[in-house]
Formats: sequence, C-alpha cells, structure tokens
Amino acid sequence: MTVETRFGRYGGRYVPETLVPALDELTIAWEEAREDAAFQAELARLLADYAGRPTPLYHADRLSAAVGATVLLKREDLCHTGAHKINNALGQALLARRMGKHRVIAETGAGQHGVATATACALLGLDCVVYMGAEDVVRQELNVVRMRLLGAEVRTVKSGSCTLKDAMNEALRDWVANVRGTHYLIGSTAGPAPFPVLVRDLQAVIGREARTQVLERFGRLPSEIVACVGGGSNAMGIFHAFRDDPVRLTGVEAAGEGLDSGRHGAPLNRGSTGVLHGSFSYLLQDAWGQVTEAHSVSAGLDYPGVGPEHALLKDSGRATYVGATDSEALAAFRRLAELEGIIPALESAHAIAYVLRGGEGGAGFASDDLILVNLSGRGDKDVHIAADLLAKEGVR
Amino acid sequence: MTPDGMRPGGTTSDGVRPRQQSDGQNVTGGQTSVGARLSTVFDRARAEGRRVLMPYITGGFPSPEDCTRLIASFLDAGADIVELGVPYSDPVADGPVVQASAQRALAQGVTTDDVLRLAAAHRDRAPFVLLAYVNTVLAYGPERFFACCAASGVAGVVVPDLPADEADPLIAVAAQAGVAVILLAAPPSTDARLELIAGKARGFIYCVAVTGVTGMRARSGDELPELVARLRARTTLPLVAGFGIGTPSQAREAGRLCDGVIIGSALIDMVAKSPTVDAACATTAGLVRATRAALGG
Ligand SMILES: Cc1ncc(COP(=O)(O)O)c(C=O)c1O
Repeated sequence: MTVETRFGRYGGRYVPETLVPALDELTIAWEEAREDAAFQAELARLLADYAGRPTPLYHADRLSAAVGATVLLKREDLCHTGAHKINNALGQALLARRMGKHRVIAETGAGQHGVATATACALLGLDCVVYMGAEDVVRQELNVVRMRLLGAEVRTVKSGSCTLKDAMNEALRDWVANVRGTHYLIGSTAGPAPFPVLVRDLQAVIGREARTQVLERFGRLPSEIVACVGGGSNAMGIFHAFRDDPVRLTGVEAAGEGLDSGRHGAPLNRGSTGVLHGSFSYLLQDAWGQVTEAHSVSAGLDYPGVGPEHALLKDSGRATYVGATDSEALAAFRRLAELEGIIPALESAHAIAYVLRGGEGGAGFASDDLILVNLSGRGDKDVHIAADLLAKEGVR
Repeated sequence: MTPDGMRPGGTTSDGVRPRQQSDGQNVTGGQTSVGARLSTVFDRARAEGRRVLMPYITGGFPSPEDCTRLIASFLDAGADIVELGVPYSDPVADGPVVQASAQRALAQGVTTDDVLRLAAAHRDRAPFVLLAYVNTVLAYGPERFFACCAASGVAGVVVPDLPADEADPLIAVAAQAGVAVILLAAPPSTDARLELIAGKARGFIYCVAVTGVTGMRARSGDELPELVARLRARTTLPLVAGFGIGTPSQAREAGRLCDGVIIGSALIDMVAKSPTVDAACATTAGLVRATRAALGG
C-alpha cells in the first residue's frame, strides 16, 4: 500500500530539494517495512518485552464519580520512558537501521521524544543527537540529564523562541547537511510526508489495543475519545482505530492563558492555514506569514503548528478541537493525582481538564457515557513546574 | 485581527501594487515572457564572455535605508542581478548568518512589501530575484504576490522550500504575471528528479553547490561538477551556483562550470560586522568587485 502524501488539501512536502530524495527513500522503506512480517514481528517483540505493551486500560472510578460518567484511561504513562513517544521511536529506529543509517537526529520539546529516541538508539547501537530549545532545556532539565545518560548528545537551540519549533528548524538544517547517513526521527504526526503517516501508523497501536480492551470489558464502543494535541501523535494514535466508528473524537489544544489571549498553542482553534515544517496545515502566523510564538505551560504542546491529518479531521468535522488553559491543566494535574494516585504529564493533563470540566462547553456528560482518555505520559518531568505555579496561584 | 494598512500589498507606495498596464515586458501575462528579462542578462553575459554575478542580501537588512544603499553599491560594483531575501521567521535552508540577518530585519518590522519596495527603487538598473519561503508567498496570496513582483521589477522568485513536485500551482500563477519560479537542484537530487526540475524550470536553475544550508565554508563546490554535468545533459537553461560560495576564488571555480554565481552569507557577514553603513558599502563593494573580476568583465 502506498503512503499518502496528502490529507485532502493538507500535508505535502515543502522542504528544500536536498531532502526530497531522502523523503522518497523513507517513503519506500516504510511501504516495504509495514508489509514485512519480520519487521513487524521485531517491532511487536520490542513493544511487548521492552516498552511494556499492551498498556492497561484503567477504569478510573473516583474520576468517573467526580464527572458523572465512566472514564477510562489508556495508560501510555506506563510505557517505558514514560510516554507514548517510545512507540514511534522504536519503530523509526528499527527503520533507520534497516535503511543502513547509523546516525539519528531528533527534536524535542518536553524531552519525552528526545528520551524515547535516545533510548531506542542506545538499544539499537545508533548515534543520537537531540535538538532542544534553550527554554525547554531549562524547564525539562530532568529529561536533559536522562538523554545524556543514555548516550545522546543534546544540542541547545538558541534561535527564535528557543522552543520546539526552533528545535525542529535546527534538526531540519542538520538533516539537510547530513542527509545521506542520517535519519531524522520526527516525534509527532507533523513534518513533510511521509512523517505524518509513518508516525500515525506507529502510534496507531494505542487505539488498536484500546478498542479491543473497551469492547472486551464493556461490550460496546466508547462514546467519546479525548486526547491532547501538540503535533498530534498521541491523538492520531488513539483516534485512528476508531475512525470509522460512531465515536466522538475530541482533541484538546493548549489554550495557554486563554484562547483569546494571544498566548496559546491552539492552531486548530485560533490559527490559519499555511506551511510550517514541511506540511500544509493550520498554524499560528501573522498576516505576512511569519510564524508566531506559541505559549503553553506544557513544553510538549508549546508548538505553533499541528499535523496535517488533524487539519482534515477538523475541516471535515470528524473530530472536534477544543482548548484547555494552563491553569485548567495545572488543576487537572493536581486533581488526577489526588483522585487516582496518578501524576499525569502536563500535556496529558489538558485532556483530563476537558473531562473534569464536563466536556464540550462544560455541558456535563450523560451517566451512560463511556469516555476514553489517552493518558499520554507521566508527570515526573513536570513536578517542579507544577510546584512553582501552584505556589504562585496560592494553592497550598 | 490585522490592523488596516498592515495587510500585504494594501497600502504600499510606488511599484509594489500591481499596475494594470505598466511594464510591458513583464506584465503581459503570457508564458513566452516568463524569465525573458533574466535570459537577456544571461545572453548578454555569454556574448561578452563573462559569468552573471548575483549578490544576495536579506531585504531590509541591516535596516531598510541602509539596504537600499547596499543594493546601489552592489550594482555600482558590477552586479548583474540582485537577489533579495524576504526575511522569514523559520528559514530552514539558511545557516546562522542569514538567519540572524532575517531576525534583525523582522525585529525592525520589515515586511514583504518593504522588500518589494527595495526592488522597485532600483528596478531600472537591473532585474531582481526574490528569495521567499513558501509560507510568505501563501500568506500574501500567490496571485497578488506575483503581480506585485512583476510591478516591482522582480523577474524571478526562488522558493527554497518548494520542491518541483509541489511547485505547479505557484508556477502557473507566477507565469500569469510573467514571473519565473526559480527551481533548485541539489547534489542528492536523483537523475529522475533533475529531469522533473529541468522540465518545469524557467529563467535559470539554482544549483545548490553543497549538501547543506547557506553559509561560508572553507571548501565548497566539491559536489558541484557532477551536479552541473547531470543538469547540462537535461537543460539548456542557465545554471547558477549558490550556497557556500564566499570568495572570488570559490566564485571563479563555480564560474568555470556555471553561467552565474550567487554570493550571500559572505556579504551579509561583512555588513553585520561593519561599524557603519559606509564601511559596509565599502567592504561589500570590494568583494563584489573582486568577484566580478574573477567571473570576467
Ligand atoms: C506526554 C506527552 N503527551 C503529548 C505530547 C504532545 O505531542 P503529540 O501531540 O504528538 O502527542 C508530548 C510531547 O512532548 C508528550 O510528552
């Protein structure tokens, strides 16, 4: 099966000519590998024995009682390295090895993708360089140490807004200069084709497992699926298996200081169409096409772009995209810890916040609603940020 | 959300707004005229036994006023065509020197219209080529963008993140305005891709001399001979080398193979390091003159 390069009018490959042959090579490699039983068996073995799949589907009783509906958490936070990012990193690192590329580069925001990539490279004996914005190096310091321990070189990016967008620019420049021996292991469903499909395919295991688990336990499909959206990989990962089912799909973007504050990371809610990092999608930009800075308390959602498949899902109405603010996310971070003994990543806390406020428009849920939330990662990396902000808000 | 008067092309002065019936040569709207003004320059240079010299500067760098003086000084020193960059927030094809110049221009509020105005101010002396990342073209509105280019003396537009496979819609719109979309070819391009590029290119083909981003290098052009040989077998269009060419001797090497040479980062670096605009004009004019001599003429 061929890998699609467009989702409706979205997607494409808007990159320097130097990279196009590498994207062609990667497309062919993935078309072959995803049909290759031996490759799939090796990936399945690593996902099971190394990453800890399948992840549990947890019926969150006290959270359910608090919102008046049944809430299920897909526990990607229990994956090795602490987030869904490992699903993609293992798959692409195997693919890099298969293509004979010995050097892997990656961008990272929260550091979870950087840690996952450094881990997969350590496992497979590949050289690893991770680009990370200077601001994120500070706010996700723990993950910087983890990456270095795993043998990766972390390069601090000091251009632009010093966050994920700039790390991605720098990784693309590295790839332009070293394209022949290097694989660029993109961490989300963004970037030029074939990355949006490649990453979605590798993350789709989340939804496949969850669909089976929900049907086995409840004998019916969930009524709604909720996931946070940065570049969009954990959301596409859980949505994909349910795409043809009568199930509401809800993506939660970072509303930062408010969707109308001008300080957020919500391109699907408040952006316009254009090109960022190689694909045509929604992004935050000014009237001249200059990309504007995003803002979110969570580094993994602090990105002015979004994957092109989400742009199509938005336009077609198949999925709905809403926002959760910094303070809603912080409250949800704390609430989930108290109610369930689970400290979520600040990214995932945005999805929890939407559930806690009673869904779209705060309307509340029906008692027979079955809500499946992708708990994309764990919050160890965020405890010091949460401590500062909670203190600032006067929360004891 | 956008204050009136900040809209692309909205409130601009001379030359930027498309004129109905202006420059007969450029705004005829026919395929035939696409790149005509560029071919004239290459034909004349060939007849005179020299290579075309195309200095690059980020539009509005170091400031709009100083930039216009630099452009005039490049032309005085023997530039055939001037390439002006539209500063962009996320220039993935550019190294640190060009990036920093774009950030400095953007910090002063330089817009696409300002860059077009710079070209328009010197349009009678030479044709201009713009370098614009695809999102700046899309945001402006491609039809209006290329019409404004034509009205400002811009004969070609290099879009560094628009590979040939994605270029058809913009090529068509640009052709309506008589503007050439300049395609790039790079060392990793396969023969099949060069075939595709040669089939769609107008004006000239931009040969990326190194596998990498823009910026000065001690060695450059090792990969150029092979790329040029593969392209010559597929096109009669002029070939222009750029990326990593920053000295007269590097330009001479590239000029042995190609019909034209672009120098960019070396000039921008000189400007960035100059204490005054007079010093910047003097040092850059020196490099342009020496490169001119290295390329004949
Ligand atoms: C735990 C977690 N969730 C979500 C995200 C956002 O990325 P995506 O939208 O690709 O899932 C990140 C990114 O760093 C993350 O670490």
